[in-house]
Amino acid sequence: MLKINNLNATIDNKSILNGLYLDINPGEVHAIMGPNGSGKSTLSNILSGKKGYEVSGEVLFEEKDLFELETEERAHKGIFLAFQYPLEIPGVNTNIFLKTSLNAVRKARGEKELDAIEFLKLVKEKSKELKFDEEKLNRQLNVGFSGGEKKKNEILQMSLLAPKLSILDETDSGLDIDALKIVADGVNTLRNKNNSFLIITHYQRLLDYIKPDFVHVLMNGKIVKSGGPDLALELEKKGYENFN
Amino acid sequence: MDNRQKEINNLKDYKYGFSTDIENIQAPKGLNEDVIKFISNIKKEPQWMLEFRLKAFERFKILKEPDWQKPKFPKIDYQDLYYYSAPKSMKDKPKSLNELDPKLLETYKKLGIPLQEQARLNGIAVDAVFDSVSVATTFKDELTKQGIIFCPISEAIQNHPQLVKKYLGSVIPTSDHFFATLNSAVFTDGSFVYIPEGVRCPMELSTYFRINASNTGQFERTLIIADKGSYVSYLEGCTAPMRDENQLHAANVELIALDDAEIKYSTVQNWYPGDKDGKGGIYNFVTKRGLCKGKNSKISWTQVETGSAITWKYPSCILKGDNSVGEFYSIAITNNHQKADTGTKMIHLGKNTKSKIISKGISAGSSDMTYRGLVDISSKAKNSTNYTQCDSLLMGNKCGAHTVPYIKNKNSESNIAHEATTSKISEEQLHYCQQRGLNPEEAVGLIVNGFCKEVLQQLPMEFAVEAQKLVGISLEGSVG
Repeated sequence: MLKINNLNATIDNKSILNGLYLDINPGEVHAIMGPNGSGKSTLSNILSGKKGYEVSGEVLFEEKDLFELETEERAHKGIFLAFQYPLEIPGVNTNIFLKTSLNAVRKARGEKELDAIEFLKLVKEKSKELKFDEEKLNRQLNVGFSGGEKKKNEILQMSLLAPKLSILDETDSGLDIDALKIVADGVNTLRNKNNSFLIITHYQRLLDYIKPDFVHVLMNGKIVKSGGPDLALELEKKGYENFN
Repeated sequence: MDNRQKEINNLKDYKYGFSTDIENIQAPKGLNEDVIKFISNIKKEPQWMLEFRLKAFERFKILKEPDWQKPKFPKIDYQDLYYYSAPKSMKDKPKSLNELDPKLLETYKKLGIPLQEQARLNGIAVDAVFDSVSVATTFKDELTKQGIIFCPISEAIQNHPQLVKKYLGSVIPTSDHFFATLNSAVFTDGSFVYIPEGVRCPMELSTYFRINASNTGQFERTLIIADKGSYVSYLEGCTAPMRDENQLHAANVELIALDDAEIKYSTVQNWYPGDKDGKGGIYNFVTKRGLCKGKNSKISWTQVETGSAITWKYPSCILKGDNSVGEFYSIAITNNHQKADTGTKMIHLGKNTKSKIISKGISAGSSDMTYRGLVDISSKAKNSTNYTQCDSLLMGNKCGAHTVPYIKNKNSESNIAHEATTSKISEEQLHYCQQRGLNPEEAVGLIVNGFCKEVLQQLPMEFAVEAQKLVGISLEGSVG
């Protein structure tokens, strides 16, 4: 599904990614762990299409060159990024944002757009599943939401848009244990043999609830070690220092 | 041509006030007493109307073009303009939509303007035009039943002289500022509305339903009177872009609300803004003023200003009656090289008067936007309040936004509150929206519509939907 070959990235002449390789097949859950500044967020930014980076190397998504696609086209094709810091958009009602987003994606995928009634039914259902406070749906997007609510809102959007590849960028940071379980439930519900996940995190904690197939250690812009779930436990015990 | 069409054609020519053989009548270039007499004469105006015009012209001669506004423009030679030319006949107008600028047609399509309406806007001679005439007639019958007068002001001068004489110039006197005075001297046509005592006008009045609406020219004059306890909502303009060869537009709009009456006046202005490099475009220098003459009266202005090269206007309320209310809701958008200097004046004279100002300015490209507003509470306006909220949204690094509030409170029992914010659409917000599947223009449209929601909500429903689309379209090309 996703194939990254020798990805290099610099921003403001500072090299962040240095020859990164990664293969994600349908149905797999990969976790990337690494210390601050190792390039985790840069990787998710580049995959989502954020501008400002100079990149070389190759990224294929379902055999298509990802760099040929605009940010929104990547979203249409099924790439979803749960932001580390979800944006606030004052004045824009959350429901309207979600509906506009869902219909833009559905339209691009050649599916029928949902009318207000169909949408509300769907969003209420999903909110209930994720224990997302429905009252928030009528508030301005992420404005005045707590850190946990913002993250849950990301998972709600993920669940609405039904992406093929979901990238979770430190979704667990700032979450209490209840919120963490809800987020994990959201991911596990969507998990099947076709959908893949790339989970970026500092801590092993989230991986107690979302069992990864592979764990990778990212240091200085490249993957220095890959393994199974046990690698995360090992990291937790020994720290990143030993991988340097 | 069948008989019905022939009849309608005749009617149309008649309504314009010209028969085919005098179609090419034009006043000589320049502004002088003879030209004014010529205009008055061709409109068969009574002596008092001519005197009104001449009085204004006397005043105009000693006035100087103001230059305190932020957007500067090249000097206009007022002797080099035509002040009267007969409306073009159908045969001089474009024959079909194919003759129009494809860019214009593209915008119509995006706004979802029906083909018939597109043709009407460009004065194309098709059946649709005549259809709208018959629609207008139907509405007119219903209004007449209730005693409502809604007609071209030139007709009102003939048929309702007592009303026009009493109120014309009562809010914007002939001795007003430069452009308003020019209008008083040379105005050609516009709307007249009178709502009788206790009548609630059963429909939104729009120039669309007024026969002969398309050719009021560059000096339009509108007069709306709401008698005691009446209500009217008036829509001016159109969300579709309007072509016009005249660069200067100096209209006057006067509103008068008597005891317990309410006037709601909504404008969507989308005149030609000039090209990407700032060449061409309309100068929209309009004077709009409402007088809350009676107690408990209310005047509410809502404007969506997206067009014109320069927009320079301050729809105002004079709150003379006790307990009267003035409101101003504004969205102004400038893109490319457009400039706007707009806002309102709330003059509190009566006791317990209230005013509310909600202004949303959006600037993109290399454009420049100024909110300028006056709140003036006189010493007699006890227990009066004003609330002002002025928000600016910037897109990119080359545009400007300025807020210039003038506040005069001569009354210790009165209260003025002013809030202002300036924000910017960030790259991060755009990226977030795009990641959720919106293209950059959809993203900007969504963010901007959210920003001006409070004002859009004030518009009548059918207008609001189009205005929302227009907001997005006006900002096209401002991202990426």
